[in-house]
Amino acid sequence: MVEVKKDDAGVDNTWEPGDSKEWAKPIKPLQEKWKLVPAFLQVKGLVKQHIDSFNHFINVDIKKIVRANEIVTSGADPLFYLKYLDVRVGKPDIDDGFNITKATTPHECRLRDTTYSAPISVDIEYTRGTQRIKRNNLLIGRMPLMLRCSNCVLTGKSEFELSKLNECPLDPGGYFVVRGQEKVILIQEQLSWNKMLTEDFNGVVQCQVTSSTHEKKSRTLVLSKHGKYYLKHNSMTDDIPIVVIFKALGVVSDQEIMAHIGLDARSQNRFGASLLEAFNLKVFTQQRALDYMGSKLVVKRFQSATTKSPSEEARELLLTTILAHVPVDNFNFQMKAIYVSLMVRRVMAAELDKTLFDDRDYYGNKRLELAGSLISLMFEDLFKRMNWELKMIADKNIPKVKAAQFDVVKHMRAAQITVGLESAISSGNWTIKRFKMERAGVTQVLSRLSYISALGMMTRVNSQFEKTRKVSGPRSLQPSQWGMLCPSDTPEGEACGLVKNLALMTHITTEVDERPVMTLAYNAGVEDIREVSGNPINNPHVFLVFINGNVLGLTINQRHLVHNLRYMRRKGRMGSFVSIHTSYTQRCIFIHTDGGRLCRPYIIVEKSRPLVLQRHLDELLRGVRKFDDFLHDGLIEYLDVNEENDSFIAWNEEYIEPHTTHLEIEPFTLLGVCAGLVPYPHHNQSPRNTYQCAMGKQAMGMIGYNQKNRIDSLMYNLVYPQAPMVKSRTIELTNFDKLPAGQNATVAVMSYSGYDIEDALILNKASIDRGYGRCLVYKNSKCTVKRYANQTFDRIMGPVKDALTNKVIFKHDVLDTDGIVAPGEQVQNKQIMINKEMPAVTSINPLEGQSQVPYTAVPISYKGPEPSYIERVMVSANAEEDFLIKILLRQTRIPEIGDKFSSRHGQKGVTGLIVDQEDMPFNDFGICPDMIMNPHGFPSRMTVGKTLELLGGKAGVLEGKFHYGTAFGGSKAVDVQAELVRHGFNYMGKDFFYSGITGGPLEAYIYSGPVYYQKLKHMVQDKMHARARGPKAVLTRQPTQGRSREGGLRLGEMERDCLISYGASMLIMERLMISSDAFEVDVCRTCGRLAYCSWCHFCQSSAHVSKISMPYACKLLFQELTSMNVVPKLILENY
Amino acid sequence: MTDNKKQPLLYMEEYRTKQDPQDYGLADEVFNMDVFKSKLQVVIVRNDEEHGLEFDLIGVYPAIANAFRRLMLSEVPSMAIEKVYIYNNTSIIQDEVLAHRMGLLPLRADPRLFAYRTEESTEQGTEQDTLEYELKVKCTRRKDANKDQSNFDDIYKNHKVYSGHLKWLPKGKQAQIYSENSVNCIHEDILIAQLRPGHELDLRLIAVKGIGKDHAKFSPVATAYYRLLPQINLTRDVTGKDAYLLQSCFSPGVIGIDENECAYVKDARYDSCSRNVYRYPHLADAVTMARVRDHYIFNVESVGALKPEVIFLEAVRVLKKKCRSFIDEIESE
Repeated sequence: MVEVKKDDAGVDNTWEPGDSKEWAKPIKPLQEKWKLVPAFLQVKGLVKQHIDSFNHFINVDIKKIVRANEIVTSGADPLFYLKYLDVRVGKPDIDDGFNITKATTPHECRLRDTTYSAPISVDIEYTRGTQRIKRNNLLIGRMPLMLRCSNCVLTGKSEFELSKLNECPLDPGGYFVVRGQEKVILIQEQLSWNKMLTEDFNGVVQCQVTSSTHEKKSRTLVLSKHGKYYLKHNSMTDDIPIVVIFKALGVVSDQEIMAHIGLDARSQNRFGASLLEAFNLKVFTQQRALDYMGSKLVVKRFQSATTKSPSEEARELLLTTILAHVPVDNFNFQMKAIYVSLMVRRVMAAELDKTLFDDRDYYGNKRLELAGSLISLMFEDLFKRMNWELKMIADKNIPKVKAAQFDVVKHMRAAQITVGLESAISSGNWTIKRFKMERAGVTQVLSRLSYISALGMMTRVNSQFEKTRKVSGPRSLQPSQWGMLCPSDTPEGEACGLVKNLALMTHITTEVDERPVMTLAYNAGVEDIREVSGNPINNPHVFLVFINGNVLGLTINQRHLVHNLRYMRRKGRMGSFVSIHTSYTQRCIFIHTDGGRLCRPYIIVEKSRPLVLQRHLDELLRGVRKFDDFLHDGLIEYLDVNEENDSFIAWNEEYIEPHTTHLEIEPFTLLGVCAGLVPYPHHNQSPRNTYQCAMGKQAMGMIGYNQKNRIDSLMYNLVYPQAPMVKSRTIELTNFDKLPAGQNATVAVMSYSGYDIEDALILNKASIDRGYGRCLVYKNSKCTVKRYANQTFDRIMGPVKDALTNKVIFKHDVLDTDGIVAPGEQVQNKQIMINKEMPAVTSINPLEGQSQVPYTAVPISYKGPEPSYIERVMVSANAEEDFLIKILLRQTRIPEIGDKFSSRHGQKGVTGLIVDQEDMPFNDFGICPDMIMNPHGFPSRMTVGKTLELLGGKAGVLEGKFHYGTAFGGSKAVDVQAELVRHGFNYMGKDFFYSGITGGPLEAYIYSGPVYYQKLKHMVQDKMHARARGPKAVLTRQPTQGRSREGGLRLGEMERDCLISYGASMLIMERLMISSDAFEVDVCRTCGRLAYCSWCHFCQSSAHVSKISMPYACKLLFQELTSMNVVPKLILENY
Repeated sequence: MTDNKKQPLLYMEEYRTKQDPQDYGLADEVFNMDVFKSKLQVVIVRNDEEHGLEFDLIGVYPAIANAFRRLMLSEVPSMAIEKVYIYNNTSIIQDEVLAHRMGLLPLRADPRLFAYRTEESTEQGTEQDTLEYELKVKCTRRKDANKDQSNFDDIYKNHKVYSGHLKWLPKGKQAQIYSENSVNCIHEDILIAQLRPGHELDLRLIAVKGIGKDHAKFSPVATAYYRLLPQINLTRDVTGKDAYLLQSCFSPGVIGIDENECAYVKDARYDSCSRNVYRYPHLADAVTMARVRDHYIFNVESVGALKPEVIFLEAVRVLKKKCRSFIDEIESE
């Protein structure tokens, strides 16, 4: 069927060249072109990159890794071997003890604090004694599974089936459940590997390559110093003259070296000094060059047993480590020599022309590392370590003579890989010794504050740059991130510009095999570079062809080759994510098939006509055409950043010109998920959109359809969430309208009462009474009931009754008879929810005769100024087979003064006053606003989008429909105004209002209408704090710090300065000592030391001891100084 | 309508309202009961189920008109559910949210027949100040339902809890005084909660008398507001196409067009005062828009327990009582 369509597409191009009238005709804009976006998201989805990459790992990469390390041998027994034949990742299950496993679901893992993982099983072949044994399905570890990956139980399930599994159908997946916590492996941004980058490093022109293969990662530099060229590498103490390297690589004669560099006079002049240097060093042969390199090697700390000569080691280094990604077969270093010569030429060119420096921040030079590749690194490391340990065990045990023959299987333990993967994901520390990689914060807990915050987290891109460095380059908006990364969504502050978010249609490539592409390229006219001498390489008409950073060959007909390759890609002869682009300055054609490139679909334009026709879109609407069909038919293709840079892309049909190659699908897709919520963002001042991106993640609302089944440590829900009146396409695509976080409030933009200064909001009490802004706050508290090694165990006791009244004591009032709170109860501060007791001794065995084990009470009690209700109690078992008790607590909160609200335009404010309805202004229609916002919020913020949202919302309410505020589109103000006029409203959205207090009309007309407001998680109830007296810290006896410890409010240095300058010395005395840590000490007047109990230990007398009061911290300092052999002395005087 | 000149006007310009230069407002008027009486006029314009009560209050100061509006909103009492005893709630709706929803149900009970709860009244209340209801609903699966039926109405019984499920529990002699219809919820079809098989609600509800100031649920009106009578004058003849354009700038029925295709003001009363004429510069100078400053058009939309006219009279009574106590306070000094 696809084949037929392909022909259709070709025939359909009815435009004939040379028809000048046709040229002049404007191209009709395609109707409903945006429908391609949902079609794209259907196949690719917002978190598809995570899932694709993980799928690639568990289905393809893991097998490659195991095959690469398939044999384990032992030095002790030449006959011994262990060979991995196959590896599989199974279906998720849970170990319920006694080796009984049962299929599990992600939600069960969340509730039971276990890991959602699947067994990794291998088929092996090994020797036991002289026998050869095959074992199938041997468990070597457990792989935490990404939700909705190919092995997940959720994949391919219908909405109904998902709800049976307690899973929200709108949940995107793409994260892990590890020990009950949802963890996301953030996308990591890195500088592209296997790519030459020329740059100016503190005045030194250098060309660097980070080589990366499965075995090695290393960085090689070619730099120019004093007109000479050197190669620099970590494994060598000194910079090696480049000619020495050439000679070591087997290019011995100067003539040959020059042929690689370029035989023109200018190159010869500039390279002469380098040749001379080698001459001065007396390096003439390959052996001499290797010897020279051998003398410069970094001394290895662990010398391997087999000692090699330095020159051999140098050769080994050239073979495996320096430019590791360039293939060397059979010690033929020709490719490496060519590669080095190219690097030298890059440096030479850049010396002459500064514009040839590469830009590190350019997105074509970046690669994104996803969950799959990170886990694959970790797994490979763990797998290698397991094999190494098996080898060690074999080496140790085989020589021993034992009754049972040595059996490796008995020593294969699954725990190492399981724990390794689990703890890496749960801690986020990615330590791989092999690559000297040590990264912290790779994973983060999935933020479930709102649906958008969870979704936003899945698209987050983390940069490897240090956050503390004050550099603007990596932080600023790069033109090449157009359409790939959201220009608005980045945090403020230290991580600004380093943490980014993917745009709506971005896809991150996964690796595809390069060999078929290579064959295709050779067939398309690429000539193998090994078959030509150095001379043609430097011919200005010849273009070098690179594939994934390696030289593939060269071509004379660049234009033809690129065209043919792209044509083949469009016809489906190679993967659609292969990118081909030309660099004219470097005279290179680059082909990329590697993973981690950002790419994005575009409509192909040929002969100034977009190939996607209205007919195709109609087919899409009817459902007979899917997004993939557009790809198959060559109507749409993916461009990565490099190829995008090589294309002419029209932003809409109007801008198509003769040289245009592609057409944007929909402009709004250049924004990300969070920025997509903002209505009319193109009318706002840009930082406002950025602020909203940060705030949308704090908005309360719905988390998912399964929110009632979750027991999260903190969850905020709105009681009556609403879909926004002014929607955007992104809102529909991300299902924000199904899981909204906010309410439409009728807002009057006017001043009221003076309690609205500094962005404070005035709320209508009647609106609050009717449920506006009401939210539910869920918290959990949990405990485990353990069994200990000494046969003792925790126990839960029933409520205690008062002996006199025979009533249950207050603390235990909410307990059920089993000692756990009953659902529905209201718990007050300090009441006990689980009356747990723990044996006093858990380590040593109790004495035989002692029948009664003493217990200490370790109750789980409720803490908080406001009471909570018990929503649910869960009793289960966790992974360690202990009892797990989780209690879900609920609070309903009504908006109060100080609660934070925000519109979708970065306009946040706290409630300043709650006004009775009768005091609120009302208009001719009897409408009185839910909220009053001060107009001073507008001029400096320039959030015109908000005024448009209000207008659109108002018209929408009157008309009974939703308006759209999609970026770069949306309902036009003129149309919205026409609707207002039609309903008898003022076209500007301003109404005649009456004061609710005086009853008279207001002088100004008031701009009023519905605006979508979000309630943010910051509420006064969680922040309010005051203390008159309270706990003190043990060490200093000063009041504790912080709200959670009921701490004091610090009178800081600046406040102290104020008091000093004012002269309120007694107040300082009171604040700093009497109200804090006043302490009476005895001081000996003769020796000045502290005395104790009126006795000076130094003077051995009590004759001259006086009592003074001083801060306890001061006394502590004196004692500490004394312990350090510093004697502080107090000299007392009458006062 | 009375003579234009006598009416104090508030002109509505394009961007702001402006008082008549001759009009000094209330600045130096001394209150005179006789003048007040002679000026005061109450005209009932409309009173029907659909729109509520619309009446004109003419010749008063805004403070007085506003006082009635405010009192109707917040100080005329009505009955509403105040306490909810939850014996069982296995539905997914949270107890507090359920209780809040119950509180907002409008009750038909006439608040005039009840007393306020006093400080010393017990938790249970008396028959004079308390109404008691119960809500007992249990959702079950319909046994006769087909397997392939997917409509919840067909497979579940009682899966939607409506206000009609509320059952009144007469207290003391209440059964002899009131009928079920006189105290129940006004609307039978307010959705309270949705249940699924096995879910159960068992609530006892206590309704008391209260005022809107305390909580919006006690407000007897959906809304009560007034607006000033609009007045539109054409300063010059507008004819032809412009006449139709002018007509379209106002609410339907405001501007008429006579046989000479000349626009005239038919009835400005129901104009929405959108000021959209000012969009057309060639028409802007032909119209003066104004509001009559002492002509209040009241709209009272009752929730349903009391008739709108009763609510207004109750508001008057509340005001009277307030004045009385104020006078008493002054005199007792």
